[in-house]
Amino acid sequence: MIQLRDIAHSRTGDKGDHSNISVIAHDPADYPFLRDHLTAALVAETFAPVLAGRVERYELDSLGALNFVLRHALGGGVTVSLALDAHGKCLASAMLAITLPDPPHPRAASPAAAPPPPSGPAPAA
Amino acid sequence: MTILRIGSGAGYSGDRIEPAVELAEKGGISYLVFECLAERTIAIAQEARLADPQAGYDPLLEARMRAVLPACRQNGIRIISNMGAANPEAAARAVLGVAAELGLPGLKVAAISGDEMRAALVAGGHVLTETGRPAAELGDRLVSANAYLGAAPLVEALAAGADVVLTGRVADPSLFLAPMIHEFGWAADDWERLGRGTILGHLLECAGQVTGGYFADPGVKDVPGLARLGFPLAEVDPDGNGTITKVAGSGGIVTPATVKEQLLYEVHDPAAYLTPDVTADFTGLCVTAAGPDRVRIEGGTGRERPARLKASVGYVAGWRGEGQISYAGPNALARAELAREIVRERLALVGVQAEELRFDLIGMDAILPGMAAGGAPSEVRLRVAGRCATAAEAARIGNEVEALYTNGPASGGGAVKSGGRIVAMLSALVPREAARPQMTMVTG
Repeated sequence: MIQLRDIAHSRTGDKGDHSNISVIAHDPADYPFLRDHLTAALVAETFAPVLAGRVERYELDSLGALNFVLRHALGGGVTVSLALDAHGKCLASAMLAITLPDPPHPRAASPAAAPPPPSGPAPAA
Repeated sequence: MTILRIGSGAGYSGDRIEPAVELAEKGGISYLVFECLAERTIAIAQEARLADPQAGYDPLLEARMRAVLPACRQNGIRIISNMGAANPEAAARAVLGVAAELGLPGLKVAAISGDEMRAALVAGGHVLTETGRPAAELGDRLVSANAYLGAAPLVEALAAGADVVLTGRVADPSLFLAPMIHEFGWAADDWERLGRGTILGHLLECAGQVTGGYFADPGVKDVPGLARLGFPLAEVDPDGNGTITKVAGSGGIVTPATVKEQLLYEVHDPAAYLTPDVTADFTGLCVTAAGPDRVRIEGGTGRERPARLKASVGYVAGWRGEGQISYAGPNALARAELAREIVRERLALVGVQAEELRFDLIGMDAILPGMAAGGAPSEVRLRVAGRCATAAEAARIGNEVEALYTNGPASGGGAVKSGGRIVAMLSALVPREAARPQMTMVTG
């Protein structure tokens, strides 16, 4: 398994009561994998505690990016919400914590993406 | 003109001032644009103007102008900004005052007004998009209504020779599109070029957010020099394609990754990014590295502009009351949870009337419940917030949190209480005729 942050980066924007969260592949080669696995349904499940509407997904093939629009995810909107993060700006980091299966093609190992050992217990943190 | 260089001097009203001076002195730019008007700011500015006819413009206007006017005058840079807020005419006079103080005579300052449309919104029977109800129902809670103007009145001001253009509510990318239209003579229905120019304007409007600000994630996405972050400039081609870069030697980075994050910031359908000028389309865009801190933006396009204008509508939505207190060390979470239950019970017991209440444990569940990775936190902070009809009622929320000092779990500390009136925003779609843009020129 990988975390989304191993292969992508993200930023949140707000417009009224709606949040948009971009997901951009670090390596364009990972974009088809993202498109196949990071579904609107998975994103809706992740953000269920704050989501009062639907999730729309837009594909930007030429940028290797997806854009998710979370309808009614901001507690009524930044100007009326009682949330600590009324803009929902931290939600991009929550997006990057989503776990996905390993992508098919070989990738350069990064410290954040270090795979677990093939057997035995996971090393202590 | 072959290449037009436009700098972005601020991404919000409180933004750093020195990066704009750096752009004016070393950026080789012809225009410096300051986007300083958040959605709610204009409602608060409108109230300030009602209290004082000379008020209602950006509180940092004079400070910014004092900092950049000398270099802008020396280098022939024209300034465009929405710092006029709810009173562009008074803002224009204030800028002339700063110019006189600096010994810079002959400055031409244009004020663009006509976005204000509270009376027209009510009289026209317009309906609020979010609620489906007529705006008139807000009654005396209605504070402000401002249509998002497009680039046209700004182009008029530039054609009339303005050195400084000050506006109220104008779509953010339109502030940047105006000098492109003026310099390149793009037609009002040249949707492809207007779309491309709007995309560049969108990339510039949050200033440092495209040059490595709001991007760093140590070890994954490192950005050098964030304490002296350079603000962006665009080199715009006559066809609307262009390059995003920054002043050499300034902090930050410009890479395809920083550009892509900003490109999708506050965007819904990337095939239909709506402004008063055009429906811009990002979907065919190519974003490629073109040298150190240089990124090429090509292949955007656009379609016909929306038929109606969006207006933002400010109204008073009650009062907010809030209290916070921290717990630390072993069993901190259990004590914070106990504190939360005590306040919940107290608010019911003493009968606090709130339209909505919220109980967060900062460090555990304040952003997205369920995200905590496990393990005992060494510090937890309780936050209780509520929305009430009156200030007095809202204040009772913070008082109940503060009272945990002597009545709550052991070792609670750092209690603070806060509150204030809530000015909230809704929107409406209005006919273009509902807004009547006007340009006034004053000369020093």
